[in-house]
Amino acid sequence: MSDPMQIAPATAPKTRWQRIVDSDIFFSYTRSPVTIIASLVALMLVLMAVLAPWIAPHTPFDPSTIELMDGFTAPMGDSFSGKSYLFGTDDQGRDLLSTIMYGSRVSLFVGFSATLFAMVLGISLGLAAGYRGGMLDTVIMRIADVQLSFPAILIALLIFGVARGLIPPERQENTAIWVLILAIGLSNWAQFARTVRGTTMVERQKDYVSAARLLGRHPLAIVTRHVLPNVLGPVLVIATISLALAIIEEATLSFLGVGVPPTQPSLGTLIRIGQRFLFSGEWWILAFPAFTLILLALSVNLLGDWLRDALNPRLRK
Amino acid sequence: MSAPILSVRNLVVDFPLRRGNFRALDGVSFDIAPGEVLGVVGESGAGKSMTGSAVIGLLEPPGQITSGEVHLTGQRIDTLPAAELARLRGKRIGMVMQDPLTSLNPLFTVGEQLIETIRQHMPLSEDEARARAISLLEEAGIPRAAERINAYPHQFSGGMRQRVVIALAIAADPELVIADEPTSALDVSVQAQIIKVLKDLCQRRGTAIMLITHDMGVIAQIADRIMVMNAGKVVETGTVANIIKHPQEEYTIRLIASIPTISRTGDAPPAREDQGGASYVEVSHLVRDFDMGATIVDRILRRPANLFRAVNDVSFRIRKGETYGLVGESGSGKSTCARMIAGLIEPTSGSVKVAGQDVWAGSEGARARRRAVQMIFQDPYASLNPRWRVGNIIAEPIRVLGLAQTASEVEDRVADLLRKVRLDPIVMRKFPHEFSGGQRQRIAIARALSSQPEFIVCDEPTSALDVSVQAQVLDLMAELQQEFGLTYLLISHNLAVIRQMATDVGVLHNGVLVESGPVDAIFDHPQAEYTKVLLDAVPDLAAID
Repeated sequence: MSDPMQIAPATAPKTRWQRIVDSDIFFSYTRSPVTIIASLVALMLVLMAVLAPWIAPHTPFDPSTIELMDGFTAPMGDSFSGKSYLFGTDDQGRDLLSTIMYGSRVSLFVGFSATLFAMVLGISLGLAAGYRGGMLDTVIMRIADVQLSFPAILIALLIFGVARGLIPPERQENTAIWVLILAIGLSNWAQFARTVRGTTMVERQKDYVSAARLLGRHPLAIVTRHVLPNVLGPVLVIATISLALAIIEEATLSFLGVGVPPTQPSLGTLIRIGQRFLFSGEWWILAFPAFTLILLALSVNLLGDWLRDALNPRLRK
Repeated sequence: MSAPILSVRNLVVDFPLRRGNFRALDGVSFDIAPGEVLGVVGESGAGKSMTGSAVIGLLEPPGQITSGEVHLTGQRIDTLPAAELARLRGKRIGMVMQDPLTSLNPLFTVGEQLIETIRQHMPLSEDEARARAISLLEEAGIPRAAERINAYPHQFSGGMRQRVVIALAIAADPELVIADEPTSALDVSVQAQIIKVLKDLCQRRGTAIMLITHDMGVIAQIADRIMVMNAGKVVETGTVANIIKHPQEEYTIRLIASIPTISRTGDAPPAREDQGGASYVEVSHLVRDFDMGATIVDRILRRPANLFRAVNDVSFRIRKGETYGLVGESGSGKSTCARMIAGLIEPTSGSVKVAGQDVWAGSEGARARRRAVQMIFQDPYASLNPRWRVGNIIAEPIRVLGLAQTASEVEDRVADLLRKVRLDPIVMRKFPHEFSGGQRQRIAIARALSSQPEFIVCDEPTSALDVSVQAQVLDLMAELQQEFGLTYLLISHNLAVIRQMATDVGVLHNGVLVESGPVDAIFDHPQAEYTKVLLDAVPDLAAID
């Protein structure tokens, strides 16, 4: 029997790596084959996009390497120049595999940046609304409600259109991708704000916040140092799912022709180009970019679904 | 002795978990005779609720009965198919759960719920069932039952709701009632009434009751026999008087010894040298109103706000180095008081002076307050930021108030504080979730001490803890008080804790301080009617003979 008034020696604290391996999240990951496959697919697609300049078989946007006569070569088919193209070529003789790799680069860059932007904006506004409450809360949340009542793509189109009108035409090509990020980001912040606001309202009632208030800490310090780390769990889930949505949103906008300029084709642009040839027999120009987009969005979405379940202790077995 | 109603033999319950098998119950055996009340007592995690769930076949998956037998009046029930077992519940085994807020369906009237239960188990017509429902409610001690049968659960108070739950449990004349912490969510004066209802029912109907609780006092008042459990095993079984007066096992001895009593034990606190001496904390005419929702219409029409006075003209003083205990039931305004004194809620009127400085007087007061006043909160799970390492939690006041200059100086102080609360300094690098409730409360105490306060407001510091852990934390608080000359304001609903720790005590009732004075005088000779009621209602072990 140990004397409770004596100091009992404690076990050594765990290292960061031990914490990760021991965590319930990691355990749930190892038990979900779908998630493992989805994460591997997503990882492969991301690596393919990031490493495109080094691993792509062709440089599709360098006119000097394009064999115009190889246009419309079927996948693995015989080309005019004798080069082989795994996924075939498009009308201009560009290698489809390479354009897809470069295209995913643009899609992923826009998707990640837009989600990051939406996340930062949504978290800040959500924290402010949840912690301060009152009038500020009402104003922010009503704006979010109004925005959520429109489809995100409509908001993005609107913002994109307004930005086009404001930016002089000669600079439009360079700024297009940033305008796109802004438009998609602004159309997605409300989800983050809502969730963060709700969690913040719960957290600010807890006594660890009271303890910090007792010390007279500035509200900004309380919110960023104490509350913020505790509201990030649900945010991570929304971020993953909205990454998939942002990628689709970008593809939709590019498909409609209002997204990235044709000199920097994204997956959506490729699909738009491809659909012109669908009925003339060149199915691969549409099929491969579309399939890549589906694979990318689906795998990211499955990861998000898993994360939501894994972070919910009620669903934990 | 007649054949037992319930007979449990060598019950083993396992939870196959990812980190190996967890044996929640390990060879539990006991009998309950007709009309007998068996009290099952133990600390959290002892397996007492698990025993109840296993008997009625409601184990949470992945829990399962691995071996052992459960017999109800001779019939083996643990092997019955789920559908048959479900028919037993309610019909032959009634249940009373801890939280009366969640055990009734808020969408149906009390009568509808009772009648449904009765007709499910008995061949009665609607009218007969209604008549029976009314008589059950009356039996459970609900006045004007015939009128109140059409009320919804939210129209009843917590204690009344628990009576309805009891009426539901006995609706089909079960042979056995399993009551799992039936009074833990209730105030002490209401608890006394519920205990009486249960006891009367048991005597009148000859129903056997398995009463599961962590509160030895409740068991002592109602049970015939006690079964003490620890870590999934039965430690000891015996009659109430035997277990409490002559516990055999070491665990039981320790458990009984750690239960505080409202009777004076040990030495009275050291007599004050100067009666009336200078007060360190002075609370005068403290008032706090809460706005109970002025709507926008109210504001436009400039209607007077709907105010609720939570704290009404409370005044008391605390001398340096002493402990003032504030007792009261839920809703009495004691937590609001604590928060105003600590500086978290601004008083509507009145003043709080610590060492002569009004802590609510502008930035001057705020600065004095931050240096001198600290607080220990009730729930150690919510008062420590789960995302911060323990070292950072304790260091925060040191850093914010600039009490140490260099990082190594801060670390030295944190290590020192951890040793003061009897924790190994190595735990600095851990997170709060890696500690037990008692250890967390020690960390919270270390944080409170880290700003070198002179006055600590303790809001129910031990009510979330098991009784043996409570004893350790209280001992620690008393030692630290000696060592640093701390002044405490101790808020508690537990009168025994106040008696043990405080020199003076104030009794709060509906926001009014009904009585205030030296603790011995008030406990031995209460003047106010409410104090008498409160003291009478406390189930106390010292009253057992």
